[in-house]
Amino acid sequence: QRVSVEVLEHLEHLALVDFRDAEGVERLQKAIQFADQLHEVNTDGVEPMDSVLEDRCLYLREDDVTEGNCTKELLENAREKVEEYFVAPPGNIPLPKLEERETFLQGS
Amino acid sequence: LAPWVPVVGLEIHAQISSNSKLFSGSQVQFAAPPNSLVSFFDASLPGTLPVLNRRCVEAAVMTGLALNCSINKKSLFDRKHYFYADLPAGYQITQQRVPIAVNGSLSYSLCIDNKMSQMVTKTVRIKQIQLEQDSGKSLHDDTRSQTLVDLNRAGVGLMEVVMEPDMCCGEEAAAAVRELQLILQTLGSSQAVMAEGQLRVDANVSVHHPGEPYGVRTEVKNINSIRFLAKAIDYEIQRQIEELENGGTILNETRAFDSKLGCTVPMRDKEGKQDYRFMPEPNLPPLILYDAKSLPANMNHQQVINIDWIHERLPDLPSVKRKKLVEQYGILPEHSFTLLNEDGLGEFFESVVKQTQMKPKKVIGWILKDLLSYLKQHSLTVKESPVSSFLLADLLNLLEKKEISSTAAKQVLAELWKGEGKTPLEIVKEQKLELLQDQKELEQICQAVIDGHENE
Repeated sequence: QRVSVEVLEHLEHLALVDFRDAEGVERLQKAIQFADQLHEVNTDGVEPMDSVLEDRCLYLREDDVTEGNCTKELLENAREKVEEYFVAPPGNIPLPKLEERETFLQGS
Repeated sequence: LAPWVPVVGLEIHAQISSNSKLFSGSQVQFAAPPNSLVSFFDASLPGTLPVLNRRCVEAAVMTGLALNCSINKKSLFDRKHYFYADLPAGYQITQQRVPIAVNGSLSYSLCIDNKMSQMVTKTVRIKQIQLEQDSGKSLHDDTRSQTLVDLNRAGVGLMEVVMEPDMCCGEEAAAAVRELQLILQTLGSSQAVMAEGQLRVDANVSVHHPGEPYGVRTEVKNINSIRFLAKAIDYEIQRQIEELENGGTILNETRAFDSKLGCTVPMRDKEGKQDYRFMPEPNLPPLILYDAKSLPANMNHQQVINIDWIHERLPDLPSVKRKKLVEQYGILPEHSFTLLNEDGLGEFFESVVKQTQMKPKKVIGWILKDLLSYLKQHSLTVKESPVSSFLLADLLNLLEKKEISSTAAKQVLAELWKGEGKTPLEIVKEQKLELLQDQKELEQICQAVIDGHENE
């Protein structure tokens, strides 16, 4: 079962990954096949595990102020800043649709 | 023409009242220099991890209990993914699968036909309460075509309260939110001040004909006050009805309320249905809460949250406080509503009652009609009142002892309002408002008046 072009385009749009070429898509395909092996196990009546941490204790922190006040350090990473604000484009710039892009996926 | 049934559900985000954020130790404070209350985790720098704030969990448990919810002894954290400049991680940590509290209810009261004397009680079901992170703030600079981002708010703890679509109009929604606000403020779990963004409400609105399936719903955002909430919902209901009656269709979209124009408009940046790719938060184990029965023997106290312990220490909720006021002082239910609706008014009333011989049933009139109308006229809070409970009680005592008339008392109150530091007795003497009690003196005055008329 191959991953469809629609799903690949959807993933590129959602996660902003670029599958780039046939090798990239094949790597994804192999990863899905590897994970699909889980289906061979009968899990009827078994609660799904969603974290290997499930038996660990969730540490609760006291409500004290211990961090912050490092504006200068944080802004050092910013390419653009205005008076201690980070600068971003006016809105999300959506990935152009498949037809409008030069992407390997178009050929598929 | 078949009648329309409007359906209104609410998603309410209440900022948790805590010193530090939900998963980090940076401070929670309104209005601070941009990006000064931001830790490395809040800025999503690599290598940082979330650490859960105990106080935030307690706040959510308190709120769940106050709203008659079942508290989930095991709840989970998830990641909700979407891209936006004020969400540096590219995902929000929330509780999508198993939230901390579910299946509660909230009772609220409405006046029928705007008459306070006819109140009806309604209930709205609470679907769930979940803990989640707040995002940062975006300031749109349209002239330079850019967005300025302040992450001070990023990571602040939120309780999202989801109300089932049991409401049918703006008035019901407003009353429900007002009651929730009072409950949160009484608990102290959130200060719930809408103007400061501590309480944000999104409304889900649809209409349908009785007996038919629910219509397509729209989500209305950007509502900044309870008054606007009612307006926005009522406008949207009307808009949908008109659209459908003209043969149009309703899009499942997000709309923003424009308070200046009093209407809802489609929001930009919200293209169709979002795929949030929910996944379990890999860095947080399940949140386990205990009660008296399940309390573990050998655990550090500080690491244990006991639901029963919190339950025992819940303060009187507004509905209980109102009942007690009615029972203790013999006032009407609608009076108790007004007393609790105004911050500090209930305490003021009780303070006056303690200091005067006048019956509470009479005192309430002075509080709700005279004092409250003065406060409203001058846009003052009870705390800012130039007339203290002591002064008012003093005045009411003079009235009760029949040393002055009711009319004179109102005059004195007007003078007291100026806040010049005079006592009621001083004002009475100054303006010669004393009631004459002396029988003989009264007879002399009456005789003089009669004599005066005889001469004409």
